[in-house]
Amino acid sequence: MAYLDHAATTPMLPEAAAAMTAQFAATGNASSLHAAGRRARRTVEEAREAFAEAIGARPSEVVFTAGGTEADNLAVKGLYWARRDADPARTRIIASPVEHHAVLDAVHWLAEHEGARVDYLPVDRYGRVHPDAFREAVERNPDDVALATVMWANNEIGTVMPVRELAAIAREAGIPLHSDAVQAFGQLDVHFGDSGLAAMTVSGHKIGGPYGIGALLLGRDQSPVPVLHGGGQERHVRSGTLDVPAIAAFAVAAVLAAERREQFATQIGSLRDELVAAVLAAVPDAVLGGDPEERLPANAHFSFPGCEGDSLLLLLDAQGIECSTGSACTAGVAQPSHVLLAAGTDPQLARGTLRFSLGHTSTKEDVAALAAAIGPAVERARTAGLS
Amino acid sequence: MTENLPRTDRPLRVLAAMSGGVDSAVAAARAVEAGHDVTGVHLALSANPQSFRTGARGCCTIEDSRDARRAADVIGIPFYVWDLAERFREDVVEDFISEYEAGRTPNPCLRCNEKIKFAALLDKALALGFDAVCTGHYATVVLKEDGSRELHRASDMAKDQSYVLGVLDEKQLAHALFPLGDTLTTKEEIRAEAEQRGLAVAKKPDSHDICFIADGDTQGFLADRLGKAEGDIVDEATGEKVGTHEGAFGFTIGQRKGLRIGHPAPDGKPRYVLDISPVNNTVTVGPVEALDVSALTAIRPRWCGGEAAAPGTYTAQLRAHGGETEVFAEVVDGELRVSFTEPVRGVAPGQAIVLYDGTRVVGSATIATTTRAAAAV
Repeated sequence: MAYLDHAATTPMLPEAAAAMTAQFAATGNASSLHAAGRRARRTVEEAREAFAEAIGARPSEVVFTAGGTEADNLAVKGLYWARRDADPARTRIIASPVEHHAVLDAVHWLAEHEGARVDYLPVDRYGRVHPDAFREAVERNPDDVALATVMWANNEIGTVMPVRELAAIAREAGIPLHSDAVQAFGQLDVHFGDSGLAAMTVSGHKIGGPYGIGALLLGRDQSPVPVLHGGGQERHVRSGTLDVPAIAAFAVAAVLAAERREQFATQIGSLRDELVAAVLAAVPDAVLGGDPEERLPANAHFSFPGCEGDSLLLLLDAQGIECSTGSACTAGVAQPSHVLLAAGTDPQLARGTLRFSLGHTSTKEDVAALAAAIGPAVERARTAGLS
Repeated sequence: MTENLPRTDRPLRVLAAMSGGVDSAVAAARAVEAGHDVTGVHLALSANPQSFRTGARGCCTIEDSRDARRAADVIGIPFYVWDLAERFREDVVEDFISEYEAGRTPNPCLRCNEKIKFAALLDKALALGFDAVCTGHYATVVLKEDGSRELHRASDMAKDQSYVLGVLDEKQLAHALFPLGDTLTTKEEIRAEAEQRGLAVAKKPDSHDICFIADGDTQGFLADRLGKAEGDIVDEATGEKVGTHEGAFGFTIGQRKGLRIGHPAPDGKPRYVLDISPVNNTVTVGPVEALDVSALTAIRPRWCGGEAAAPGTYTAQLRAHGGETEVFAEVVDGELRVSFTEPVRGVAPGQAIVLYDGTRVVGSATIATTTRAAAAV
């Protein structure tokens, strides 16, 4: 088996699994005042401190959520509502068109149900937002903007966005900028304090932590309207009993991800380069998606002319190679990727895409297995053609 | 010998079409058990799949897709959803609408087998390196000594679906596996087998009706697509207008219900739809005897064994759940001409006639014209 889908989820780190299972035996609601509660609270707060340090934030800027999707929804909807409540003129959202659906669909929903007007930023052929374009969109009227949202790095094609430059522009105009850093965390330096962002999303299971846990890093001057109302946990921004085992494990994974990041990025980057070279050697007309240089070190993305992505997936799966088409599904039906379409990729070409994403368990053997299988798979998929 | 689920020295690479129902799930499981290398695929046939069933069960819902995926997971095979919605719309749904518009009565299931399951799907499967497509249909495949294949009725006549497979040609048949068709198992036994295999679809209701008309309201579906157009219902004997309708396309030859004719016929007997004329949007009605047909012609014949039927006596089936009737059939100028030994009632142009020689499917064709039995004139 060659698992080349770490961007979907990556195996849990043994240290994180150990931290999690250790907590399963303990009782205690972190909001309770008795001894059991105090123990749980201590575990959570120590985890919060370690996590905050790993990501360059203050502990009070960490809002734990049940994953990246929830953190994205909280940032987009919560900041929109809060900013509009403060000034009814603020109904404009500036967004990149290549966001993950957790952001994009939240933005759509606000447009359909909450009177939001959305400005989608232009992107180049690598799917990157340029600071000039962002500045232009802001300056059209800085006073009517509720928020802006641009991901740190794209989950499909791996292109890295100039987030710090964008954040500086937003800050200058007094506009909160949110960034989905789910894919970037662990591969790029996403120091929250230095980023200039108002809010940033990260997720546990993409960095070797558990599923079902994520965090919204939230500047202390930001008070989004809650999406979940209840017991008032997490700065009254995100109610719900704290998931002690998941938070403990997430913090362990985050600390290790930060510690190992530079070395991981270098090693995985060179393995990724090998993978790209091997695929291009086997299929010379394959088209590398995303920015060839400024990209996530663990991401490789290709379009294979004349192939259906689904067919390739099936053929590679049969050879024990697990990857993804990188696009969203409805009832399991592949749609052409909105990311590629936004980047101006020919829609026919966009149907034959595969994303290979590496992670901490990836080996040269994985790449060799793909190198051996990809040529015949593409040839066969071309015979089957585009249905 | 039957060849529904061959056991081969080398495992066959089999693509199992999984609707989300119990039959196709058990068929896929049996193919795995026979040692083959099976991959499941669910066909997404609707561009806008409904999340949940409404009324009668179709095969285009997200829930069906999920049921099929669950079954594949339990069987332990890879599973994919293939989007054939565009092909299905062009080849099956549009054809269905235009056939009704022309006053004919199409059978979309046959059309789907001919154009989608054993064409678009099979072609793609073969191109991807699969040897065969497996479905939950009930029919028997017989391998002859010379290596050719014949399609026969299912061992259990009550569940026989050879009629809707009558459109398959030699090549299609050579790559089709029907693991359920040659075993004598009742529906209850299939459900029990599914239960035993841990398949949750064991208790799922049977599908019937037309899958792309989820609520079963064919008239409403056609009215939506073709618009309502009021026209006359005319009595054939008197030429007198006896009622109005909202679109001739909504009727089928032999239909009795839903005519809403205000007063009874002079002879006091019920009246039936005898003819549908889209040109002047008129529906003609008359007594039941006038439905008797002595002969018909049928176009676009497809021969199951590859060769056209020699002139002779066959049995014919005219509807999916219809009985058999003896006919004399011959091919003249590429068209099938059929005369019935005894007159048959209610034959609608657009439907398929499938010819049998004993249990063997000889071929099928689409009914174009009918000749009224002399006695009724």
